[in-house]
Amino acid sequence: MLYREVGQFKTSYGADQAIFPIAQDRWFVFALIAFAFLAVPLFAGQYLYTEVLIPVLILSIAAIGLNILTGYCGQLSLGSGGFMAVGAYAAYNLALRLPQTNIILVFLFAGFMAMLVGILFGLPSLRIKGFYLAVATLAAQFFLEWAFARVKWFTNYAPSGSVAVGRIELFGITIDTPAKIYIFVLAMTVVLALGAKNLVRGRMGRMWMAMRDMDIAAEIIGIRPLHAKLSAFAVSSFYIGVAGALWGFLRLGSWEPLAFDVNRSFQVLFMIIIGGLGSILGSFLGASFIVLLPIFLNQLPTWLGIAMSTATISHIEFMLFGAIIVLFLIAEPHGLARLWAIAKEKLRLWPFPY
Amino acid sequence: MRAPSGRDIAAGEALLAVENVSLAFGGVKAISDVSFDIRRGEIRAIIGPNGAGKTSLLNVINGFYQPQRGRITFKGRPRSAMRPYEAALGGIARTFQNVALFKGMTALDNIMAGRALKMRRGFFWQLLWIGPALAEEIEQRRRVEEIIDFLKIQHVRKIQVGKLPYGLQKRVELGRALAMEPDLLLLDEPMAGMNLEEKEDMSRFILDVNAYYGTTIALIEHDMGVVMDLSDRVLVLDHGVKIADGVPAEVQSNQAVIDAYLGLSH
Repeated sequence: MLYREVGQFKTSYGADQAIFPIAQDRWFVFALIAFAFLAVPLFAGQYLYTEVLIPVLILSIAAIGLNILTGYCGQLSLGSGGFMAVGAYAAYNLALRLPQTNIILVFLFAGFMAMLVGILFGLPSLRIKGFYLAVATLAAQFFLEWAFARVKWFTNYAPSGSVAVGRIELFGITIDTPAKIYIFVLAMTVVLALGAKNLVRGRMGRMWMAMRDMDIAAEIIGIRPLHAKLSAFAVSSFYIGVAGALWGFLRLGSWEPLAFDVNRSFQVLFMIIIGGLGSILGSFLGASFIVLLPIFLNQLPTWLGIAMSTATISHIEFMLFGAIIVLFLIAEPHGLARLWAIAKEKLRLWPFPY
Repeated sequence: MRAPSGRDIAAGEALLAVENVSLAFGGVKAISDVSFDIRRGEIRAIIGPNGAGKTSLLNVINGFYQPQRGRITFKGRPRSAMRPYEAALGGIARTFQNVALFKGMTALDNIMAGRALKMRRGFFWQLLWIGPALAEEIEQRRRVEEIIDFLKIQHVRKIQVGKLPYGLQKRVELGRALAMEPDLLLLDEPMAGMNLEEKEDMSRFILDVNAYYGTTIALIEHDMGVVMDLSDRVLVLDHGVKIADGVPAEVQSNQAVIDAYLGLSH
């Protein structure tokens, strides 16, 4: 009843191609962004910021990045952790060696460095596909991890191999409290997500999806495989690199290469599979799901009043986490984004049966 | 890019000339020494029994296969070995025997993808979705809507093509090829697996495309009724060898063709 587009007549192609063609969607997204910027800081506490909101937002950016490559362009990648590390170490080195650089530029630089590395490791995709490409990107993951652990220049010869960032400042304001970090990360996320949405609904997005769905047919309509695949690697790695830098600077503060190991790659891959391949919304849903589920499972015994040792809880958490993911994928292989789409479809008719 | 720009060809002149082309896969000869031409504005049918080398011939024209011998002249210019996207750039579009649409995209997006070559705006404009990129997107959408009207698929434009019935999928695929505004359109069995009504519709669309857009068409088809009615000239292949070439009536009464189809011993 509430969610329907009856009476919303589009009179131009511009209106029909708009980012949210249905008014209710538009208002919902505006309201959500306004809520996140204005209302959340009124009630959120330290825990909510550092354990929930900030990780979800940063990993959403990484998930959007991987979704562009895997979900939209169909190139399976297991190297996200490595590309995040490239972003984090690039940002660290720029901030270390040119301390006056604006923090936004630092993060953009992180993105660009990850982009270059991404293009380099994307080159095999011109020859190999599917699982074989996944193995090639896995090699990238291991190589990058190794490089950041062994090449001392990247870590500024820190004896422990761990690096730490100093004070982070933007236009004279120090970004130190969780609330400030949250607002900063939120702003980055909104801008990057809108950019990604614009790309995937335009020419680039169609090019990537064409390559994903039928590469031979894409080539006969004049899409160059080289151009399509490498641009997907470039944009994807840029996003993942920025996410890596944000993760290092604003979530961890100090880190070692292990923070971006292959588990991180799998975590981001799970996010897009559970959230929905080929969906920007799905990247957010997937990141929220993967971050929130363990927290939820961890807290559950306390809420239910069951006394359990922390060790038992964390074992059960692991088992349930795996089981829920498997069950979910059986029930809805297309991810949370598809569930959302089905819900919207039903809402259009509700409360009438048809 | 090695796009064959070539010169403008007047109607009735050879748009594409294939001379003594041979293609072999290992010891299997797919095409042996075939020569023919396609004149601007005509509908050219390529027929022959299964395995005659028809699709291989299209693949050669299209840049999928590189012939071992022979010469191809397109728009008056001899062509070197090229990739399919270069052929597309030169103005060759094609549909496939098994529908090769982008299954996860809507019909509209599929046809819009066909305009990829006509779109020039840079990455950053697209990122912002304003200014030139937006104007371009809307202008291309207008062109695509013309094609959608032409093929009468307005009602399915926002539906994922994977969910469409076969006949409509074939039509969307034709739309995607038309969106390229090709000089030469290659149709590989456009009516395979269709019922009579769908065949009649598709035949009309092919004639309309030829008449309205002036597109030169080369088509492979097994339905002899359709071939004889639609085409201006027919090329007949058998075992990779050209056995006849001429107007439908000539081909129909050609003894070699009748033998090939009835399976006379070779």
